[in-house]
Amino acid sequence: MIAHLSVWFVFAYVVHWFAVPLNNINFFGWPLGYYFSAQGSLIVFVVQLFLFNRQQHAIDVKFGVEERE
Amino acid sequence: MGMQWEGKSFTDNLPKIYGIYTGGFLAFFALMAFFETLGLSAKWIGILFVLFTITIYAFIGVLSRTMAVEAYYVAGRSVPPVFNGMATAADWMSGASFVAMAGGIFMSGHPYMAFIVGWTGGYILVATLMAPYLRKFGCYTVPDFIGTRYGGKLTRFCAIVVLVVASFTYVTAQITATGTIAARAFQIPFEIGVWFGLFGILVCSMLGGMRAVTWTQVAQYIVLIIAYLIPIFWMSIVQGFGFLPHFSYGSAVQRIMELEPIIGVGTAAVDTVAGLKVVTALHATPPEGAMAAWKFVTLVACMMIGTASLPHILMRYFTTPSVRDARNSVAWSLFFIFLLYFSAPALATFSKLQLIDPTLPTSIIGATIDHVMALEWIQKWSEIGLLAIRDSNADGILQINEFFLNPDIIVLATPEIAGLPYVISGLVAAGGMAAAMSTADGLLLAMANALSHDLYYKIIDPKAEVKKRLLTARILLLIIGAGGALVASLKLTGILGAVAWAFCFAMSGLFFPLVLGVWWKRANRPGALAGMVVGLGVGWWYLLAVRNPEAWYGLAQPWLGLDDLRFGIVGTLASLIAMVVVTLITKEPSEEIQRMVDEVRIPSGDTIIPSKA
Repeated sequence: MIAHLSVWFVFAYVVHWFAVPLNNINFFGWPLGYYFSAQGSLIVFVVQLFLFNRQQHAIDVKFGVEERE
Repeated sequence: MGMQWEGKSFTDNLPKIYGIYTGGFLAFFALMAFFETLGLSAKWIGILFVLFTITIYAFIGVLSRTMAVEAYYVAGRSVPPVFNGMATAADWMSGASFVAMAGGIFMSGHPYMAFIVGWTGGYILVATLMAPYLRKFGCYTVPDFIGTRYGGKLTRFCAIVVLVVASFTYVTAQITATGTIAARAFQIPFEIGVWFGLFGILVCSMLGGMRAVTWTQVAQYIVLIIAYLIPIFWMSIVQGFGFLPHFSYGSAVQRIMELEPIIGVGTAAVDTVAGLKVVTALHATPPEGAMAAWKFVTLVACMMIGTASLPHILMRYFTTPSVRDARNSVAWSLFFIFLLYFSAPALATFSKLQLIDPTLPTSIIGATIDHVMALEWIQKWSEIGLLAIRDSNADGILQINEFFLNPDIIVLATPEIAGLPYVISGLVAAGGMAAAMSTADGLLLAMANALSHDLYYKIIDPKAEVKKRLLTARILLLIIGAGGALVASLKLTGILGAVAWAFCFAMSGLFFPLVLGVWWKRANRPGALAGMVVGLGVGWWYLLAVRNPEAWYGLAQPWLGLDDLRFGIVGTLASLIAMVVVTLITKEPSEEIQRMVDEVRIPSGDTIIPSKA
């Protein structure tokens, strides 16, 4: 969970702090700083959340506390 | 009504039901397009679209009426994760997201993207810190959790107060939005449009509570996402960026950045028009300096923490069948929300490019004033005072700083600017209506449920019968709705400002009592009380102080640029400090409570509050 919250922190705050220098980099046509706020961070969040659920479920199974039908 | 609303056969049929519904909606859209070629007027297309969709929502609302407590408060805890995701997405995306966001990006450029990042990233907090644990708890409302975890009627009462303050601020903004759209579609005065919008909202929620709201919200999500995406795809194809705008609009952004210095974006306007602005911010270039970056991240933080504290969102996760489903449905919510939010910058980009790129036939910047004034959409929106053209330098050519507009019209006007058929405008109006109605439904229900379950049943009359409790819930729904419409018809604040305030109120009062309630066993009743009271109090004071600098509130200027959109930061920090300090100087909670907190973190087993049939 700490790992997930760290990834979240980086894409939520750190990349946007450096948006100005990042904008000089061209990413498939987008200025990179703009890209992160328009799409990059969002995609990271979505993928991360589905991943987190899988891992969390695996942990529940490992300790035998998962729900059964 | 013999229809089955729970159980396997019902949930298995859901994809089919909503598949038919989506097909029906698209067929209606095609029919309207056909009628338009036969000469049906724009006015009637708009009316039919809004009327048709509201009738469907009302129909679902009436079908799912109920007199059972579990069904009324938590939809029988039987909503599958994907559908709960859609319902939450509709609940979440308000009139502000739908109507105002792309316009905000259009006007203010990069700083405004903080809303997008904040409103999606917040769900990471919801999933990791809150939703599964609150679901395990088995509560009906957010104050129900606070009241049971910390004990005591006063704690429960404070939670109700925070909930009502935040939700009421929010709901007036939504009723304003429904009123605006209804007024435009039916050509009636705004003050009457507001009541009309309220009527539509109440039909969906009155009879069936959470169950009705859930299934109408799914229907509303489908309408709003179709309405948002179709114009984007259309414009992308027309402007030559291909069939997959989301992967190709980078070059449109670059084109804007090339054109900006040529047409002189950033020169201040010479004239002033009340309520309207010219574009002065660069589209994709963030302002330089640490202060700008600080403002960006603080706004992101406010929107994220606010997301994780809004009661009408959290209560959606009480409706899933299991803890694992609660977690999964947060992920699906984020996915469905993401579909709209990552489209908003594309919409803003295409919309701007079509106005400023001289090679496109729709462009107006650099065209002659006579040509621009002859355009139908310019005339129509100028008439109602949401757009204005001033030839400040009298050269007969329209400059960027002579084009005044209200940012809220971008989404609604874009189809007309692009020369798309009216049927698209009708579709967008129906989408905006769906977005505003679904959020208003969720909010009204959150308030009415908290008041009927927590205030009336748990505090005032614990012996009240089921029938009486549900009747109270419905009467409260009516009263709060009417109150909201009354305040909305006074037009006190703009839509977006009110929304940002609601987030800040919710985070100031509820975030730490909720998070620490799950994650810190030592947290106790006096601590939670202090957290809520100090958080809301300080947040409120700071808001007043920032808004009225010359009054007696004792604050010369905002601290560190934390303005009225960001006052939640101050309130939340105050709440954290108060809660930790008070908890540590008072004695720790009882064995029983501490065991309860341990139990909340284990997905299997019964809910903490035993469920009743």
